[in-house]
Amino acid sequence: MRFRWSFATPYGDKAHRSGRWAALGVALVLGLSAAAAGAATPKTTVNAIEGEVMCPVCGTLLELAESPQAQREKVFVAKLVAEGRGKQQVKDALVAQYGPEVLALPKASGFDLSAYLVPIVALLIAIVALAFSVVRWRRAGDSPAPPGTSRDGPADEDAARLEADLKRYDL
Amino acid sequence: MSTRTFLAVLGVLAVVGLLTYGLLSKGTTKISVGDPVPDKVLPRLPGPGRASIADYRGHWVLVNLWASWCGPCGEEAPLLERFYRRERRHNATVLGINVQDNRDDAVAFLRKHGTTFPELRSIGDERTAAFGSNGVPENFLVDPKGRLAVIWRGEVDERILREQFLPPIEGQR
Repeated sequence: MRFRWSFATPYGDKAHRSGRWAALGVALVLGLSAAAAGAATPKTTVNAIEGEVMCPVCGTLLELAESPQAQREKVFVAKLVAEGRGKQQVKDALVAQYGPEVLALPKASGFDLSAYLVPIVALLIAIVALAFSVVRWRRAGDSPAPPGTSRDGPADEDAARLEADLKRYDL
Repeated sequence: MSTRTFLAVLGVLAVVGLLTYGLLSKGTTKISVGDPVPDKVLPRLPGPGRASIADYRGHWVLVNLWASWCGPCGEEAPLLERFYRRERRHNATVLGINVQDNRDDAVAFLRKHGTTFPELRSIGDERTAAFGSNGVPENFLVDPKGRLAVIWRGEVDERILREQFLPPIEGQR
């Protein structure tokens, strides 16, 4: 069974067919326009990217770099952002062009992993050391005071000397 | 030595060791005349295919590290092209290695300067580190056995090509 338009046309079959093609063409153009508009909608900003990637030649963040290489890299980022690429897509494209050194954050593998592990290990060591110290202080606090000393203040001799010093300096 | 002192020394040594390893693993290599040329298979520019300096073994190779954003690289490109056209009849060639660049800019640079000698593209700073490079352009002459004959940190001109790069090549003609 052949498909036919349901509305009548006064121009006969030829006009009918050309109308169908025109409708298809308009639909295609509209569809392509919508797709193009969707692709060109920025998903991130140049500033958001430039704060998270490096200028590999200068060794600084791209947002702070002004070298000729940085200028080209900024143009490259702006082009990808204008094409509607997301932040991760732009970063992936930068790595493909400039290598992993272009990322400001070190990758979580190989030696670079130490950038994440060392602070954690250092924190754990500090916590353990602090816990040990607290236990030792508490134990020291529980032990009896040495003879001739008092927990409530200096010994009599020391108290007398302190009093004399305070009077001497008129404090 | 008390346990606490021992642990403190151990901790300090661990941190120093980590920093030393980091510096050594990230640092650049020092290369000298007579050393084997640092080599790695790289993509051809503009492509397709891959190649390495070793593929030119048996020839004198002037290796030129360059980038499209580098002004002096553009100034020496015509000189290198002339050198290539003149010396390829004498068992010598020029091999460009594009570094720290994006591909589209690099291809546009080649079109603009009309260079015809072979080109490779290095992604990341591994190649520049292997050559102990401080920047671009830098030029190296590799002898037919794959050893460095000339190391020139910076742009070349006609005089440098004539006085530094030609004598070793002409010496073996």
